[in-house]
Amino acid sequence: MVKLDSKVPSGNIQDKWERHKFEMKLVNPANKRKHTVLVVGTGLAGASAAASLAELGYKVKVFCIQDSPRRAHSIAAQGGINAAKNYPNDGDSVWRLFYDTVKGGDFRAREANVYRLAQVSVNIIDQCVAQGVPFAREYGGLLDNRSFGGAQVSRTFYARGQTGQQLLLGAYQALMRQVGKGAVQLFSRREMLDLVLVDGKARGITARNLVSGEIESYSGDAVLLATGGYGNVYYLSTNAKNSNVTASWRCHKKGALFGNPCFTQIHPTCIPRSGDYQSKLTLMSESLRNDGRVWVPKAKDDKRHPAEIPESERDFYLERIYPSFGNLVPRDVASRQAKFRVDEGRGVGHTAEAVYLDFGDAIKRLGQEAISEKYGNLFQMYEKITGENPYKQPMRIFPAVHYTMGGLWVDYNLMSSIPGLHVLGEANFSDHGANRLGASALMQGLADGYFIIPYTLGNYLSSNKFESLNETHPAFIESKKQVSQKLMQLLSVKGKRTSDEIHRQLGQLMWEYVGMSRTKQGLQKVAKDIAGLREEFWKNVCVPGDANFKNSSLEHACRLADFLELGELMARDGLEREESCGGHFREEFQTADNEALRNDEKFCHVSAWEYKGVENSPLWQMHQEPLIFENVKLSQRSYK
Amino acid sequence: MKTINLKLKIWRQSGPEDKGHFMDFNATNISTDMSFLEMLDVVNSDLIKQNKEPIEFDHDCREGICGTCSLVINGSAHGPELGTTTCQLHMRKFNDNDTVYIEPFRAKAFPVIKDLVVDRSAFDRIIAAGGFISVNTGSAQDANAIPVAKEKADLSFAAATCIGCGACVASCKNASASLFVAAKMAHLNLLPQGQPEKENRALAMVAQMDQEGFGSCTNTGVCSAACPKEISLETIAQMNRTFLQASLGNRPPTKLSEGGF
Repeated sequence: MVKLDSKVPSGNIQDKWERHKFEMKLVNPANKRKHTVLVVGTGLAGASAAASLAELGYKVKVFCIQDSPRRAHSIAAQGGINAAKNYPNDGDSVWRLFYDTVKGGDFRAREANVYRLAQVSVNIIDQCVAQGVPFAREYGGLLDNRSFGGAQVSRTFYARGQTGQQLLLGAYQALMRQVGKGAVQLFSRREMLDLVLVDGKARGITARNLVSGEIESYSGDAVLLATGGYGNVYYLSTNAKNSNVTASWRCHKKGALFGNPCFTQIHPTCIPRSGDYQSKLTLMSESLRNDGRVWVPKAKDDKRHPAEIPESERDFYLERIYPSFGNLVPRDVASRQAKFRVDEGRGVGHTAEAVYLDFGDAIKRLGQEAISEKYGNLFQMYEKITGENPYKQPMRIFPAVHYTMGGLWVDYNLMSSIPGLHVLGEANFSDHGANRLGASALMQGLADGYFIIPYTLGNYLSSNKFESLNETHPAFIESKKQVSQKLMQLLSVKGKRTSDEIHRQLGQLMWEYVGMSRTKQGLQKVAKDIAGLREEFWKNVCVPGDANFKNSSLEHACRLADFLELGELMARDGLEREESCGGHFREEFQTADNEALRNDEKFCHVSAWEYKGVENSPLWQMHQEPLIFENVKLSQRSYK
Repeated sequence: MKTINLKLKIWRQSGPEDKGHFMDFNATNISTDMSFLEMLDVVNSDLIKQNKEPIEFDHDCREGICGTCSLVINGSAHGPELGTTTCQLHMRKFNDNDTVYIEPFRAKAFPVIKDLVVDRSAFDRIIAAGGFISVNTGSAQDANAIPVAKEKADLSFAAATCIGCGACVASCKNASASLFVAAKMAHLNLLPQGQPEKENRALAMVAQMDQEGFGSCTNTGVCSAACPKEISLETIAQMNRTFLQASLGNRPPTKLSEGGF
């Protein structure tokens, strides 16, 4: 039985992190260079961690699947980053950001982690501004803030609609500065395919060089995983095409517990699907909901052009149902309500799978120029994709899979259940509970990388002894052998279906049964269906080419093999959690107003799944970490 | 749903040493709502089903921000639509029975890896040489301690929107990386935070650009016209000015400056 110790320090929540920082052991400056740290992934969490650790003096090796670390998917985040700066003087504080995040996550996050996140949020903004991140400013030259989904204060810092890009470039530049100094070795176009354990500790990785096809080994004293989320298990999502679960999944199969896998965020404002060939979905930042009004026609099957539908025949349903939050309700609530409208037959557009997001009033009130200043690039992107001008007619939007709150289980020090394996950013499960608030992903990624791991990793390194070893150790040789075998197995199937087709089929199953609303029956069925599809994959997938050179079909098939296992675990987790909370909506558990109905007596815990191996049925065993709320009173969320 | 048929002539190259050649493909029943890359997905899917190797091309976010996608389409980097990456180019911009030539970004400093995939790591090395502000984690002052005039901040932001795709290099007859380098310099040099290292940054980044084998700038401006983020040519003028200033200020000390008379 795995023991789940969250290692949350004792004491007042306000003092835990300060005291913990003091109590943790330090690594002598002269000894830091004796430790090699492997960082996998170069998004906000990975790049910021790698740069910060190199600045401290550690030897860092950093890996990314992209051709450049600057292209990690954090780059695509649009809306902004939260911080409890309270510059607008509108009542924000560390406590309020903490409170909002715990409540927004529907009371399924660890209080102490969230409080620390709110505490360090203020340092992140300082750091980024010092790096030259060009945040939006007011005419006086000071930083501008805006309000963002789910919050009643303006605490979101932004750089037009491309905040993620600007923050990532800041972290990337800090990273490249260390590369230039020789403190970080950069390995791009490398995909981690296995975690190497020696004496139960994470001591290295096995990676595939995506250009030469070579299987390579890298050893170190700790491994930091910052490889993002697993939204692409749904095939269609707002994730980049190459985002995948493989690095996390291979660690899971080596013993790292997977926390709350069914907690998925479906983002309410995305551009709807236009046809079966659709390869990905594009998000429209939810900052649009600050000025846009969401509506559908009051009548069913109303095929009129939106301009021909008079105000009195429009249902501004979010404003109607939630008068105090209106269009700014949290993401899960907004998504579900859009689905309800489409299910009622009041969807719009040629697929009838969309609702309107209308800027008509805002343009009248503020003028087109002001709207363009705020959202210009989003409007442009919308027009490029749909061929429609959102200044002239309302946008059509629909929810899409966007973020995964679940991920590898970590303790307060961001260490997984495998000693030495630390997990940062979206790849871990920790801070967002069952639903993430807007502009909190960037905050968490950078908090983990800049301000948490540099402290907690030092404590791990100084508290443990590390046998000197290199890549010739038998554990590395064995891992390489297994990785190669699996790749050869994929190439040798020589079946009839492309991995893309099978991935689409998996995505449809996931969207239908593990999507915005779930049922016991559906989850039971889909767990079986996915297991069946997985079997078919291994018998009938077609992967041309060979393993010794750049081969994108092989890369995709290799990732899909892991998604086909993860999908089943997500269904099992959803089945086990007999309550509704945040993004996990079980139809059997809802209030009279169709809101999520939690069951705090039975499910106020993290479900952490242990992989038991193919010889066992079921493949997983669940462990629980109880969640204790001492500072925020458990309550039914209400945005009315 | 409107569909079109296209004749494709796509560059195939098995590796850096291979000479490479165009290969003909037909893309049939292509919905005009598809993106250009989705059209290539359809072609690739047919190839895979015939157990043939699909066409390798780089892509990732497919929303125009990561800078991974490339391609020279009918002679233009990222295709015919201005201010647009290949992934955001949609098939409604093409006509039925068009012939479309698809090539990699070509430059000495961007060697071809396979088919349409090129190695752009030279850009990373240029950033490593000086494309940053030296500030260690934890040593920052309060974010509002230094006001930045909105106009300056906006100009800095405009330059910072560069996605590092390399279209500027691919479209320049000299394969110069000036627009990429100048955009990064403008981003950092326009801010108060960027001032202390302004001159060193200019010298270091330009030196690295030259070392990577990019050509010189002859101010034809095609880079800016091809740029999916429409980075202004003015940034190059600013770069040249800073570089000149820095070169003069950093010339080897003379006897005069040593006070040797």
